[in-house]
Amino acid sequence: MSDTPITYVRDTMLPQKAPPTSEIGPVRWVRENLFSSPMNAILTILSLYIVYTVISHVGPWLINGIWDADSLTECREIIAASGDGHHSAACFGVITARWHQLVFGYYPSELYWRPVLALLVFFVGIAPVLFPSLPRKLFIVSMIAPFLCFWLLWGGSIWLPISIALGFGVGVVAFKLLSASASSLVAIIGAIVLPLIYWLYLSGPLASGLASIVPLGIEFVPSRSFGGFMLSIVIGLSAIVISLPLGILLALGRQSDLFIIKTCAVVFIEVIRGVPLIVWLFTAQLLLNYFLPPGSNFDLTLRVIIMVTLFASAYIAEVVRGGLAALPKGQYEGGDSLGLNYWQSMQLIILPQALKISIPGIVNTFIGLFKDTTLVVFIGLFDPLGIASAIRATTEWNGIYWELFLFIGIMFFISCFSMGRYSLYLEKKLQREHR
Amino acid sequence: MSTLTDPPKPGFRLSQLIYDTRYRSITIQVIALALIVAAFWWLGNNTVNNLNALGKDFNFGFLNNAAGYDINQKLIAYNNQMSHGRAALVGILNTLLVAFLGCIAALIIGVFVGVLRLSKNWVVSKLMAVYVEGFRNVPLLIWILLIGAVMSESMPQPREFRGENATQSMYFSDNVAVTNRGIWIPRIGFTNSVSGEEAVAPVEGAAAVASGGLDWLLVLGTLGLSLFAMRLVRQRADRIQQATGERPTTWYQRLGLLVIPVGIVLFLLGATIVSPYLKGFNFTEGIHLRNSLIALWFALSLYTGAFIAEIVRAGILAVSKGQSEAAAALGIQPSRTMNLVILPQAMRVIIPPLISQFLNLTKNSSLAIAVGYMDVRATLGGITINQTGRELEGMLLMGAFYLALSLVISGGMNYYNRSTQLAER
Repeated sequence: MSDTPITYVRDTMLPQKAPPTSEIGPVRWVRENLFSSPMNAILTILSLYIVYTVISHVGPWLINGIWDADSLTECREIIAASGDGHHSAACFGVITARWHQLVFGYYPSELYWRPVLALLVFFVGIAPVLFPSLPRKLFIVSMIAPFLCFWLLWGGSIWLPISIALGFGVGVVAFKLLSASASSLVAIIGAIVLPLIYWLYLSGPLASGLASIVPLGIEFVPSRSFGGFMLSIVIGLSAIVISLPLGILLALGRQSDLFIIKTCAVVFIEVIRGVPLIVWLFTAQLLLNYFLPPGSNFDLTLRVIIMVTLFASAYIAEVVRGGLAALPKGQYEGGDSLGLNYWQSMQLIILPQALKISIPGIVNTFIGLFKDTTLVVFIGLFDPLGIASAIRATTEWNGIYWELFLFIGIMFFISCFSMGRYSLYLEKKLQREHR
Repeated sequence: MSTLTDPPKPGFRLSQLIYDTRYRSITIQVIALALIVAAFWWLGNNTVNNLNALGKDFNFGFLNNAAGYDINQKLIAYNNQMSHGRAALVGILNTLLVAFLGCIAALIIGVFVGVLRLSKNWVVSKLMAVYVEGFRNVPLLIWILLIGAVMSESMPQPREFRGENATQSMYFSDNVAVTNRGIWIPRIGFTNSVSGEEAVAPVEGAAAVASGGLDWLLVLGTLGLSLFAMRLVRQRADRIQQATGERPTTWYQRLGLLVIPVGIVLFLLGATIVSPYLKGFNFTEGIHLRNSLIALWFALSLYTGAFIAEIVRAGILAVSKGQSEAAAALGIQPSRTMNLVILPQAMRVIIPPLISQFLNLTKNSSLAIAVGYMDVRATLGGITINQTGRELEGMLLMGAFYLALSLVISGGMNYYNRSTQLAER
């Protein structure tokens, strides 16, 4: 064995060869992702063709868009003068010229700060709800915010929102006093009935009396002046804020053991959900005056907000019901075994958990509601689409379609898409916390 | 030393109605009932007072009066001398038509897009994501108005099709005309019609479908029988597979059963394709799909299709990969794995939200008002109310129609849910 020649053994490794160019970088990515099979290749080419067609048709129109023109005729003159005569271009001048109208409707221009401030107040008010890390004391702002927003938007005497807010104070005081001396049921009934009596008979005279003694207020703006995206936001936000407590009550009613209460909740939810919003809006416009005492006639915008609120509350109720049903039964039994009564166990154990699960669904409901606010155009309110047709009816901008649709669509897209992402983020966060 | 609690005192005291949980629920319900009755009494009383003040009464007699208005799209015979009730029925059928067409188109779009969005092909999946997000996040009303504007502003006029050197031409070898007054498509006419007369040129659009009613019934009946026979063939194949383990090839038998009988019936009836052609200032013959129908249909299908795509995607993702691997381990043919293992599980996830999307589409079809499509809101809830001044009755009937439709559909969904629910523990 020893005399056999030693076979050659390599003692150093060869350097690694670079992989073939078809297996690295963009080439490989394109091969694996876009042309992995004939079918895939066809799909890719088809998609690229669609993208190319859209861009080649819309791209020049967008890029050549005219931003400074005061009328469609002026815009068309600029287009005709600039190019070879037959290229197309968008007239975005309508957006720059009518920007304020699209955003604020017919709100007095010197008062634009009021809706903006109201929106800020709303965000400050909602912050402690969205971010639990903020100090609890901020909830006082959340309680004041709705009345402050109302006052800022409509203006008028400051005593009206204050006297309405006092009604809630009456309720809280009645509850505290009665629950100290009588049973909780009596206290709850008292806390509901006393404020109602106060609102029906006392708050109006109180507000007007105080206003005549100390006339404190800002300029009143009628609802007819509301319009544009401001109107959509006002309707959407107030509907969702008011419908949240209503929806929670409805969901609890639907889960209740009490037959009559359960039946009422089910009938209300199913009737509201079974009929399209547009029918409810026409009901608000045509029929609400029939159901109210003769002679009472109140603002169309307010009627729409009430109707949209009722509509949203039925949807919120279903979302919250999903949250309630998702809780394990042990949570309910745990509450019972601790000796808590119904409202205590709901308030301390069930609802905090159920609402947390429902938040993504509530955000989605709000997105749908916000999109649906465009329907108010059919009963004569000036939402963005109503403003768009009003702009189209003027002599300067008669015949303009795409630019306005595009602008309104993009505005809605930005807000709805970002809210949708937020709800997805919440859903992911919840899933992580539960596992 | 232990203290004894007092033994419960027999008898019933009034305070038990508030403090005793056994009786308290009754108290609460009685109070709630009283409040609700009072509220309804108040509303009803107000309504009666208001109606009296206006000198109106509450009855549905107006449904028998002559309507006096025309409806441009009707699936059943109607003219303006017929009653408001008939007009409402025409509107209801138009609502159901656009809802039906929309549901089918939305389902097809949704399934395609949902599957393609899961594709490994980057370009395709991103394109589908853009479509889904774009349609989901913009109000439906804008899409309806936009498609309506595209149809009426950007499409050629009928006169551009005229003459030797026409600037526009019809598609699909002169069978489909796309104009700014709507789309004309060919219809199937029967030369040996069993309903007696040859289906004459329809006066008004979609009524063409209704004119040869008996013939269509015959064709559909044959189709139903064929489907039944196909099912028998499949069951026989199942039986043979159970007995011998070999599954006979049946696709050609089933294809033959599907195509041949219907083909024979169509041949015997003398079915011919009647294409639209230009006559005077407009197209004639064929089926006229109005701009209003097109805008509403396309917008509803594209909008709902985006939602359905997400549902389909979620349903496919919900079936874990282990399921298809388990099917392979059991020796189930790859071609049958989809039908026997994957789809039944995906369907359980997909169907309930899918039905609720169909429900949404049906309710959203009331946005027909944006393009002037004559649905039930436009006839019963629009012109009829304006002409008769019967807001209360008209709105009630319309609400009842939508509510009944929703309840029927959601009742069907609940039935399906119960029948496919997993039997757990």
